[in-house]
Amino acid sequence: MLAPGIEFPHFCAQCEDYPCVEACPVNALSVSKETGAVIVDSNTCIGCGKCIDACPGRIPHLHPKENKILICDLCGGDPQCVKVCQEGLWNVLRIVPRGNYSYKLYARTPEEIARDLAVKIFGEDGARYV
Amino acid sequence: MIRGYAGKFLEVDLSAKSFKEVKFSDEVLKDYVGGRGLAAKILWDRLGSKWETVDPLGPENLLLFLTGPLTGFFPGGRICVSGKSPQSNGVVGSTVGGEFGVELKCAGYDGIIVAGEAEKPVYLFVKDSDLEIRDASHIWGLDAKQTTAVLTRECRELLKARYPQKGEWKEPSILYIGPAGENKVRTAAVAAKWSHAAGYGGYGAVMGSKRLKAIAVKGTGPLPEVADLEDVKTLMQEVCNNAYESELWRRWGTGSAGYEVGARTSSEPVRNWQEEWHDERSFGVNEFENRVWVKQYWGDFGCPTTCLKLAVVRSGKFKGAITDNPDYELQAYLGTNLGIFTPEENVFMASVIDDLGLCGIQTGNVLGFAAELFQRGILTKEDLDGIELKWGDAEAFAALAKKIAYREGIGNILAEGTYRAALKIGEMKGVDVMPYAVQVKGIGVGAHGIRSEKDYPEIYSYACSVQGGDHTSTACMPLDDFRSELMMTFHDSGVYCYFNVFGLSRTLVFNFYKAVTGIELTKEDWVATKAMKIIQLQRAMLLLGGPDLKWNPEIHDDNPPRFYEPLPSGPLKGKAIEKARVDEEKRRYYELVGWDERGIPKSETLRRLGLDDVDKALEKLR
Repeated sequence: MLAPGIEFPHFCAQCEDYPCVEACPVNALSVSKETGAVIVDSNTCIGCGKCIDACPGRIPHLHPKENKILICDLCGGDPQCVKVCQEGLWNVLRIVPRGNYSYKLYARTPEEIARDLAVKIFGEDGARYV
Repeated sequence: MIRGYAGKFLEVDLSAKSFKEVKFSDEVLKDYVGGRGLAAKILWDRLGSKWETVDPLGPENLLLFLTGPLTGFFPGGRICVSGKSPQSNGVVGSTVGGEFGVELKCAGYDGIIVAGEAEKPVYLFVKDSDLEIRDASHIWGLDAKQTTAVLTRECRELLKARYPQKGEWKEPSILYIGPAGENKVRTAAVAAKWSHAAGYGGYGAVMGSKRLKAIAVKGTGPLPEVADLEDVKTLMQEVCNNAYESELWRRWGTGSAGYEVGARTSSEPVRNWQEEWHDERSFGVNEFENRVWVKQYWGDFGCPTTCLKLAVVRSGKFKGAITDNPDYELQAYLGTNLGIFTPEENVFMASVIDDLGLCGIQTGNVLGFAAELFQRGILTKEDLDGIELKWGDAEAFAALAKKIAYREGIGNILAEGTYRAALKIGEMKGVDVMPYAVQVKGIGVGAHGIRSEKDYPEIYSYACSVQGGDHTSTACMPLDDFRSELMMTFHDSGVYCYFNVFGLSRTLVFNFYKAVTGIELTKEDWVATKAMKIIQLQRAMLLLGGPDLKWNPEIHDDNPPRFYEPLPSGPLKGKAIEKARVDEEKRRYYELVGWDERGIPKSETLRRLGLDDVDKALEKLR
C-alpha cells in the first residue's frame, strides 16, 4: 500500500524462466516438478539477496530474523492464501491450471504496480499520491 | 508478565530529545487493560495532582498512543490516542483504525508516551528498537495526501538504505497531523491513511502543540505470545465468519444510516440540528455506490468487515475529490447538517476536511453552527470575510474549513470548537448564541439525535457521558447494556474495532481477552469494578477541568438546548424531550455509577474502588 486505497498482493508471479533460480550462487533454489513453484533450501541459502535483484518484481523477501529467503512455494499445491480469500468471499485470488500465460509480465515492483493502479483508480494525475 | 502485551512502552521526551522504556506492573495492566483505561491511569498518576493547571496545548500535557492486549489479535486493530483533551479538558480515548497498533506491537512496544515539545517540527521514526527523532520541516504545512506520499517514500528509502539486501520494504504505518493540527485547531484529528481519524478529543492540536508532525512505525518482530493460541485462532475465525455474513457493514459500512437514521428514525442532523429528518431519500447509500465508489471493499490489515469504501469524484465541479466514502457520521455532518444532499458535494467536503487534518464530526458541527448564525443574521458576510455561508453551498463551507485550519479571520474563533466559539461570538455580538451550539462539555454531539428516541442513544446519554458528545461512548442503563459507555470502554481499552463485535455474543470479547492474556474476566466484573474505575477517573478529570474552562455538572450535565426544541418536521413532528424526564433519568444514572445528586463521584464509590487519592482531589468540588 504505497498510497491509501492502493492495496495489492505482491506475490511471486511464477515466471516461466525462473531468473531467481538462475541467479542463486549457491544453488539453494530449485523448481518443484509437481507444482512448478520455486523451492528454497534454507540450509543452503546464504541470505545474499541476489535473487531479489534478479526478480523483475523484487518479490522475494528475506526473513527478518532468520535471514533466509522466502519465496512462494504454492503451499505444496494447496495455496492457503487462496483459501482464506475465497472464505472471505473476496474472490481476488483463485487457482488456475498452469500454462504458458506470460506470468512474468506480472512480476513488477510495488512502485510500478502502485503508480498504474493509482492512475486507474484516482484518475490521470493519481500517480502523484504514490 | 501477562501474555498479549509486548511488555514495554516507549516514552519520548521531545524537549530533551530522549527516549526511555517504561513498564507497568501486571496489576496496573490487569486493572486498566490498555488504550483508554490505561490512558486514564497514566494521566491521573502523572498529571492528576496539577490537572487544573495543565494546558492541554502546553508542553506539560502528555500525548499517548496506546494499543491494548487485543490489538493485532482481534480482527480490526486500532490505536488509542489520548491525553488531556483540548476540547473537554478531560480525557477522551480516541481510537483510529489502521496498522499502526499492530506495527507498534511487532516493533516491541505496547504504546508511545510523548512528553514535552520539540523546538522545531519533527517526526518520530521507529523501526523495532531503532528510534529516531527526525526533522520534519520539509513536511510541516503539507496536507494529508502530500504528507503521506512524502513520508512513505522517505521512510522506505531510509529502510532500504539502512538495511540493504533485504529487498522491498512494506511501508511503515504512519500517524500524522495536517495543517489544522499544526495550527492547534481544537477540532483537529490525529489521522492515518488520508481519511482515518482519531477525531474526538482534538488530539491533532496536542500533537501540533508538540510540533510532532508524524510517527512512522515499522515492526519486524512477531506479535507477542498469547496464552492460548488455539482458542485465539478459534475466536478469530468466529469473529471473521460473523463479519462475512454481515451484509450491512460489509457492503455499506455505516453509510446505510444516511437513509435508515436520516429518513426512517428521524435522528440525523439537518442544518445544524434545526431538523432531524429529510425526505432526500436519494441521499441513501445506493447513490454513493452507483456514482462515486471506485472500490467497494477497503479495509485495514486483518479486518474481515472492510466497512470503508474508496470514493472519487470523476467529473463535474468537484472532479478530483478523493476520500474514503463518507461513513454515516460524515454523510450527516458534512452533508445534511450543512444542507448538502448530493454524494459528490459530500465526498468533496470529506476530502477537504481530510486534507486539512480536521475531524469531520467536530468541524461539521462548528461549520453548521456558523451557518446557522449566518442564517439568523448574527454573523454577517463581513464577519465571514466575504463568505456567503448559505446552506448547501459546499464551496463556501470548504472555504470556511480552510480558514479554520489556518486560523484566518473568523476561522481563528471557530478553530476553538463550537463551545468556545459560542462563548467568544456571544461576547463579540452581545447575543446569547449558546442555543445554537449543539455540543456537550466542549465536544460536538455525534450524528445520532435523541429527540425521536428511535436511534440508539438515550435522552441522558450525552449529558452523562464522560466523553461529552462522543457518540461512541454513550451513557446507558443498565450499565452492562451493549451500548453503555462502560462496555464501550472495553473496546477502547482492548483497542480493537467494535464494528466486528456486532452480531456476536456479548461475552465473546471477554473470552477473547482470556485467550490472549490468560486472565479470567467476566462481563459483571468488568462493569462493576474495572470499567467503573476507569469511568470514575475520567469523570474526575473531566470535572476538575481547567485551565480555561471548568464544567459544573449541575449546569453542564445536560443536553444542548436544541434537543429540548420539538422536532419541526418529519414523521415525528412535534415530538419533544421534557427536561424533567432527562433529570429523572440522570438521577437514576448517577445512582448506578455512584455519583451524588450533583453528579460528583461519591466518597464511598471512590474508596470502594481504591481511588482514595481521587476522592481527596474531588473534595473541593463537593
